[in-house]
Amino acid sequence: MLFKVAWRNVWRNRSRSMVIVVSVAIGLWAGIFMVGFYHGMISQRIRSVIERESSHIQIHHPSFADEHDLRYDIGPRDSVLQMLQKGLPILRSAQRIVCHGMAATASGSSGVRINGIDPAAEAGIIGLSGDVDTGSYFNAGGKHDVLIGSRLARKLGLSVGRKLVLTTEDRKGELSSGAFRVVGVFRTVNASHDETDVYIRLADADALGSMEGRVNEAALLLTDDRAVDTTAAALVGLLQGLEVRKWTEINPEMQLLVSTNNQVLVIFMGIILLALAFGIVNTMLMSVLERTREIGMLLSLGMSRLRVFLMILFETLFLVTAGCPAGIVPGLLTVSYLNRTGIDLSRFMEALSSFGWDFMVYPSLEWRQVLTIIGLVVLTALLSALFPARRALSLKPAEAMRK
Amino acid sequence: METVIDAHDLVKVYDRETVPVHALDHVHLHIERGEFIALKGPSGSGKTTLLNMIGGLDKPDEGHVVIDGVNINEMREGDLIDFRLHNIGFVFQSYNLIPVLTAYENVEFIMLLQKRPASERRVRVGELLDEVGLSGKSGKRPAELSGGQQQRVAVARALAPKPAFILADEPTANLDTVSAGTLLDIMARLNREEGVTFIFSTHDPRVIERARRVITLEDGKVVSDERFER
Repeated sequence: MLFKVAWRNVWRNRSRSMVIVVSVAIGLWAGIFMVGFYHGMISQRIRSVIERESSHIQIHHPSFADEHDLRYDIGPRDSVLQMLQKGLPILRSAQRIVCHGMAATASGSSGVRINGIDPAAEAGIIGLSGDVDTGSYFNAGGKHDVLIGSRLARKLGLSVGRKLVLTTEDRKGELSSGAFRVVGVFRTVNASHDETDVYIRLADADALGSMEGRVNEAALLLTDDRAVDTTAAALVGLLQGLEVRKWTEINPEMQLLVSTNNQVLVIFMGIILLALAFGIVNTMLMSVLERTREIGMLLSLGMSRLRVFLMILFETLFLVTAGCPAGIVPGLLTVSYLNRTGIDLSRFMEALSSFGWDFMVYPSLEWRQVLTIIGLVVLTALLSALFPARRALSLKPAEAMRK
Repeated sequence: METVIDAHDLVKVYDRETVPVHALDHVHLHIERGEFIALKGPSGSGKTTLLNMIGGLDKPDEGHVVIDGVNINEMREGDLIDFRLHNIGFVFQSYNLIPVLTAYENVEFIMLLQKRPASERRVRVGELLDEVGLSGKSGKRPAELSGGQQQRVAVARALAPKPAFILADEPTANLDTVSAGTLLDIMARLNREEGVTFIFSTHDPRVIERARRVITLEDGKVVSDERFER
């Protein structure tokens, strides 16, 4: 009966209740869209980092991170990969020779990171072949080919077929140079990557760095993002003397983004719900004040203060939850639609790509986030009900009946 | 006769902006089961205050009220609310019914608060609406009923918990002659045939002339207490 009375009380003043219902709906829609937009941006960036840049896990010599010196290798080619147990959830793996160096042409030079890769193995890891804008990916059996980014090509006036010289300090500490021909120019969402990374074959890097069959980086792509921590822990035990780094450790700024994802959700929704809470308190307070005599009558008849409190609480909950579907369903539909079509932010492309962000954003949501949003709405309703309910509880039957 | 209410030396002073008003000034009242009493007096004489004291809606500054041997002024608030629910029926002048519930649901509401079983509620609510002549209006909400019909629903609701007595504060004040007559007929019959004790606070001569006991209050004091054979 208390539910029935509360539900019917909500609709006594339809227009006033509808204002709150519509406010809840718009607030939720906006909140879901904003959270979906932010989550989509972060998810895309994370996928980009994992699938195009760092993979899930990288293995290095413990001193490599500090000095990037070719002396700090992880042993002969394949030695590390052979040590990996079959039970580990590894989808793909690759070995690299990575070093810093200089790219020079007749018209200029630029500092670069030289990535010596196995083209076939990397196709499934960093997906570089799909990013080639002009020219082609590495051909089978070729030598001294180099893939460069679009920004570096522009900077050094390079195009497909032109030559550049790569210089680095080899494993013995000697300067070593090699001439390479540009076979392809890639373009990614990361402007920094397009300007500083060049890719050559592993064999060419081996010769350039005098590595004698050694590699200094192994990258592992796992079958499941959630397996990173356990796999990394297993590898630490397995690969004594080597450093195992997770993608969040390689890219600490990404760890910050991941850890703030939920906080951003709470802040977005908090601002929206705070505004909503004032509206709810105002509406419910008016409702209680208008019904002072009626509440006095209920108390006189023998309705306990707890029941009066619950009645006001239920009324507020009903008022808010009536607006929930009207906000959540359109919110989810909007996110779902934009997840397919994307939001084109190409007018901000320069700024976005300089931070590695894609200009096409595909909003997305996890059910956990939807449930958190619903939980926050219910919590707001409960907190908003406290003040009006307290007001109702403070009424004395005889005084209330006189008003 | 069995004593149902014993109000002893009730004093209530309202401090209206530092000018004290003696709403009740050492009032003694002894009411027996089955009485049909009208409390009359001019506005501000203390009728409603006395009714509120007897109904446990307000506390006296001095004195106490004993109902069926229980001093209600010594009760904690929660116990008093529960006591009211089970022992006292109320009929108010206005804002009497819960506007969002039907006549049936309004009567049933009290029994639900008492946690009576559904079968008992169904039978008793039906009987009570029949007794007040509204069995055909059980599905109507208060706004769809006339003032007199609303007051009859209020009487049925007041009777629902089988209270020791019913307090009615100006129940006919907003009713036309026909509706007031019908309402009084119903209450008089319930008093005569079922022994329900009624205590009215009223200005209405139609109520006063049917009461078997008329208590007159002036300036918070009982100035007369007359009994009539009717």
